[in-house]
Amino acid sequence: MRQMVRAVTAAVMLLAMAGQAAAQVQLLNASYDPTRELYQQYNAAFAKYWKVKTGKDVTVRQSHAGSGASARSVIDGLEADVVTLALAYDIDAIAQTGLLAPDWQKRLPQNSSPYTSTIVFLVRKGNPKGIKDWPDLIKPGLSVITPSPKTSGGARWNYLAAWGYALRQKGGSDASARDFVARLLKNVPVLDSGARAATTTFVQRGIGDVLIAWENEAYLAVAEAKGNVQIVVPSLSILAEPPVAVVDKVATKKGTKAVAEAYLQYLYSPEGQEIVARNHYRPRDASVAAKYSTSFANVKLFTIDELFSGWAKAQKTHFADGGTFDQLYKPGS
Amino acid sequence: MPVTSVRRSVIPGFRVTMAFTLAYLAIIVLIPLVGLPLRTGSMGWSAFWRTVTDPRVIASYRVTLTTSFVAACVNGVFGLLAAWVLVRYSFPGRRIVDAFIDLPFALPTAVAGITLTTLYAPNGWIGRPLAELGIPVAFTPTGITVALIFIGLPFVIRTLQPVIESLNLELEEAAASLGASRWQVIRRVILPYLYPAWLTGFALAFARSIGEYGSVVFISGNMPMRTEISSFLIITKLEQYDYSGATAIAVVMLSISFILLLVINALQGWSSRRVAA
Repeated sequence: MRQMVRAVTAAVMLLAMAGQAAAQVQLLNASYDPTRELYQQYNAAFAKYWKVKTGKDVTVRQSHAGSGASARSVIDGLEADVVTLALAYDIDAIAQTGLLAPDWQKRLPQNSSPYTSTIVFLVRKGNPKGIKDWPDLIKPGLSVITPSPKTSGGARWNYLAAWGYALRQKGGSDASARDFVARLLKNVPVLDSGARAATTTFVQRGIGDVLIAWENEAYLAVAEAKGNVQIVVPSLSILAEPPVAVVDKVATKKGTKAVAEAYLQYLYSPEGQEIVARNHYRPRDASVAAKYSTSFANVKLFTIDELFSGWAKAQKTHFADGGTFDQLYKPGS
Repeated sequence: MPVTSVRRSVIPGFRVTMAFTLAYLAIIVLIPLVGLPLRTGSMGWSAFWRTVTDPRVIASYRVTLTTSFVAACVNGVFGLLAAWVLVRYSFPGRRIVDAFIDLPFALPTAVAGITLTTLYAPNGWIGRPLAELGIPVAFTPTGITVALIFIGLPFVIRTLQPVIESLNLELEEAAASLGASRWQVIRRVILPYLYPAWLTGFALAFARSIGEYGSVVFISGNMPMRTEISSFLIITKLEQYDYSGATAIAVVMLSISFILLLVINALQGWSSRRVAA
């Protein structure tokens, strides 16, 4: 008898769960590592918003990996409705398989990047080496930490930020930029595989005088390290635009296209922008930006399109096999 | 003769078990491995050759193979010692020590890598005194070797333990009573008996090290030409969506491992025949 009761209870519970699942929409967001905290908060806010607007429940699951690894899982069949990655290049790679339209980046405002970030420096407490700007990083004997641009999306932004800085100086040219980056790399003792690993090397292992990092990572590190490190903002840096997109084929197949689009659009709303800013990403919305203006240093920024004609070209020139990064590490160079 | 013994085996079901074994091996091992060269097929011979002979890739083979070899040798020596102590001597806490041996198997390799890096970094517990002596460990080939010793440790011990347990004590006593010195007993009686299992353990540790990624990337520092392992270069190719380039390096690594394992197996067969004779 007791067993029967148990079996019936279990069956009822299963049915109830199945019923619930049917009334509930599920989205999968494939993202990159440092956005974990951001999307945890944003997903909850979006679910509330969607419930009020349509009366339906939506749960968003997250999958985080390096930006390239996330893109590869989507290419290999991970059924993500939306991707929110570190670089347009990675979403371009997904688009090449036909999962979304090649002009995806024009579908949402501001290059489909609802938030931006930039590249800043993290130094030891009190800035003992007196690091103020990019030229300080190539001083002989200084030790600079940055991950390998071959495996880390963040490191590619670091590399291009340094290159762009040199290019924008008086009399700057490709040759002078190359020389600048070469001297910078001479000061790099370790190339970690990802941005988080590089932060760990700098903060926990105490290696290096300066870490080149995402602004949002730098803020997290300062909070983690309880005042043992501080942020230095260079005079000029790169505007990092982490893009977002709906994966058309997957969303159409799962019947989630409308909610997936709303999910990304809500990122541009004042509420979405607020969450973005609280997580140390730079908001696009002018009024939210004004409210948080004290948290983000005013720094002159250049875009990848201005100086490098977009990601596809930058990737090929600098980071593909035989690109400038490989050349700088050629034996004897 | 082996053939007749198979035919007249008292245990039934030879055909079923054989068919199952072949099907199982095909699905689990063979098909994925055949898929590898097929994926490189799209790139053509000259592109394949250019990829796998790039100076940086060659340097990574050198780093991977030398660190794996040194790690396997260290494990060979100390694994033999540890296996001997664990089997032959009883001491308090032996079972606990014995259980510890398997931990490197169970620990996620990334955790091992991060822990080892913390210990051996220039500000770590072990790394600081070593660095003061002028021996940097983390972010050098030495560091890679340390990580590989860690993950390869159980292989030698676990393959040697049952063999040492089965060693007949009377053999040693007989040798001693016939006037053999202790060194002679070890060299002429015990070691020849252990060689095959020892080689197997060495080969397993070596092969495992060649393919290791998780525990090494954190401690290696990934400096081009100096501390980049082949698995890391495979990941860098994948990051560029260069699947065929990645599989090209994998095919080379796999071939090297396969040849090494064949040679070691042959050596092992030779030495066990010699013991039997």
